[in-house]
Amino acid sequence: MSARRPGIDKADYYRGIRMTPYDLIKEIAIATVGILVVVLILSAVLSSPDVPSATIQAWAKADPVDFVTTAASELSGQSTTAQYGPPYTSGSGSTQSIGPIEPEVWAGVHIPVDAPLDFVLQPLSQATVGDQTLASALNTFNDASAGQQAKWLNAYTNALGSATLVDNEVSVPSGSYGPVPILMSRLLSLARSGGLDALLLTSDHFYQTDYTKPLLFMNDGGYFVGLAQAQDLTGSQWGMMNETGRYPGQAWLWLYTLWYQIPPFNTASNGDLLVVVVMTILSLGLLLVPFIPGVRDIPRWIPVHKLIWREHYRSMTK
Amino acid sequence: MSEASGLGSSREVPRPAGPAPGTSRTDSPGVDDRGWTAAVRRRLDGRLPLEEVLPTRQPAFVGSWVYVFGVVTIAALVWVLVSGCVLAFMGSAWWHTSSLGHFFNSIHFWSVQMFFIFMVLHLWGQYWGAGWRDGRAKTWMVGVVLFLISIVTAFTGYLIQQNFDSQWIALNAKDAVNSTGLGGIFNVLNFGQMYGIHVMLFPIALTLLVVLHIVQVRSRGVVRPIGDPYVPDSGESVSTGGPR
Amino acid sequence: MNGPAPYLHWGFILISLPNLILIAVMVLLFVVALIAPFPHNRAKHRDDDDE
Repeated sequence: MSARRPGIDKADYYRGIRMTPYDLIKEIAIATVGILVVVLILSAVLSSPDVPSATIQAWAKADPVDFVTTAASELSGQSTTAQYGPPYTSGSGSTQSIGPIEPEVWAGVHIPVDAPLDFVLQPLSQATVGDQTLASALNTFNDASAGQQAKWLNAYTNALGSATLVDNEVSVPSGSYGPVPILMSRLLSLARSGGLDALLLTSDHFYQTDYTKPLLFMNDGGYFVGLAQAQDLTGSQWGMMNETGRYPGQAWLWLYTLWYQIPPFNTASNGDLLVVVVMTILSLGLLLVPFIPGVRDIPRWIPVHKLIWREHYRSMTK
Repeated sequence: MSEASGLGSSREVPRPAGPAPGTSRTDSPGVDDRGWTAAVRRRLDGRLPLEEVLPTRQPAFVGSWVYVFGVVTIAALVWVLVSGCVLAFMGSAWWHTSSLGHFFNSIHFWSVQMFFIFMVLHLWGQYWGAGWRDGRAKTWMVGVVLFLISIVTAFTGYLIQQNFDSQWIALNAKDAVNSTGLGGIFNVLNFGQMYGIHVMLFPIALTLLVVLHIVQVRSRGVVRPIGDPYVPDSGESVSTGGPR
Repeated sequence: MNGPAPYLHWGFILISLPNLILIAVMVLLFVVALIAPFPHNRAKHRDDDDE
């Protein structure tokens, strides 16, 4: 006869406890049907959120100046994505570390993104068919030295500060920009036609399910962030918990997003890493509650259980 | 003893060398009780006889509404999985263009809300009842892992909606994921990767852990109330001490 | 339902009304579960003789 551990030998474990009849399958059935009814009613009455995706096309149409400003920053390698660091680029514009601990840098570049090439030059080179002006502008730019390219781009970027829309084209005060205005103008047309959304996605091959490039490009501009702000989705607005429209969001992320609202997390450049570390520690704490003195004793000290088992305690005193 | 008798008994009873004519080997208890299969069968039957998997009696102290939160969580998960299967079968674009599709997405959305609501209520109930006592720490731990895995599963679900919400969540989450060094292998901007993880990998893990969690609960039974501890009978050699 | 949600602001806490309602319903459900009487088996008194 093998030894039985307490807890497995239930007759022994429940000695002194009154047993009552119980229908497990019926309980499961009632719960399953009950939840279905609630879910069907909510679905029929409230539906679910579905705000359509933003596109580069919509962006280029709605805010051409912002689009061109972003495109110029990609071409000059000054955009957030261009300077991000691993996993996209070398550099460290957006990498996070805690003292000497920098897992992001250690992991290295595994999703290579070449901002000037991927976001501007490559799509444009695919759009030169029948467009001799664009073809020669591209040649001029590519043949110029890095120093010359930087000079054109710096001048153009500064000029964009006072850009206006003339005949739906982005117009800047005259200056020495080389072929850059032509490149930007063609990229804007490409974007407005929807072609840039497609080229950024499928530039390598026919089938594609990886939206890294179009998403990073869109995120470098002001238009997309503006859309999120209008829906209270940004991080400083407890965004992680929120949903578009009047729908409940991910309420279970309340503690995760709470840290982003308070110092030092809300201003630290490594705020994300700090929050990840804090939440990892707290999650481990939750996992190990049965072993943490104090935390595991709170249920004894604050006797909510006296409500749960009040009938049982009453019968014990009899 | 409440466990089933017969199957899995380890008694060595002298029997003829082979089965009697007209019977099979399995008709003769005690003969084929060696080997891995018999050992697994004995272990399963010891821990989880059918009376415990499908009990018809429960301790009277389980008569509280707090105890329904667990089964309601599972009920919600059933509808999450069913609606998820429909959405997967019809493809990721369906719900944007079909009102029936949108309805199934709504079922999926609200089932997920119900799932988290009742899972957290179940967690609260288990915490205030100190459900980890008497050797049930592993049950609690599997439950917490389930909670964390559910959060990641829901997160990947939000990422694959293919709407504005997905775009926004992806672009913000990337910085946190990247900061851990995992961004290179877990690319939240990669729809294809997030889709496979959400539709297949994590639901499989979730379901397996839910089964484990249920087995843990059913094999040990519901923990006794705080203040009415298990007291081993000092005469029995099988008992190995007080509540854990 | 696609219009902007109302938000409530207390100090650094900023919560959408739908989320607040959801959390309030959860707390309510928990409190009700704690105090609501659970239906007892009509055979309750007969059970005492079964053991």
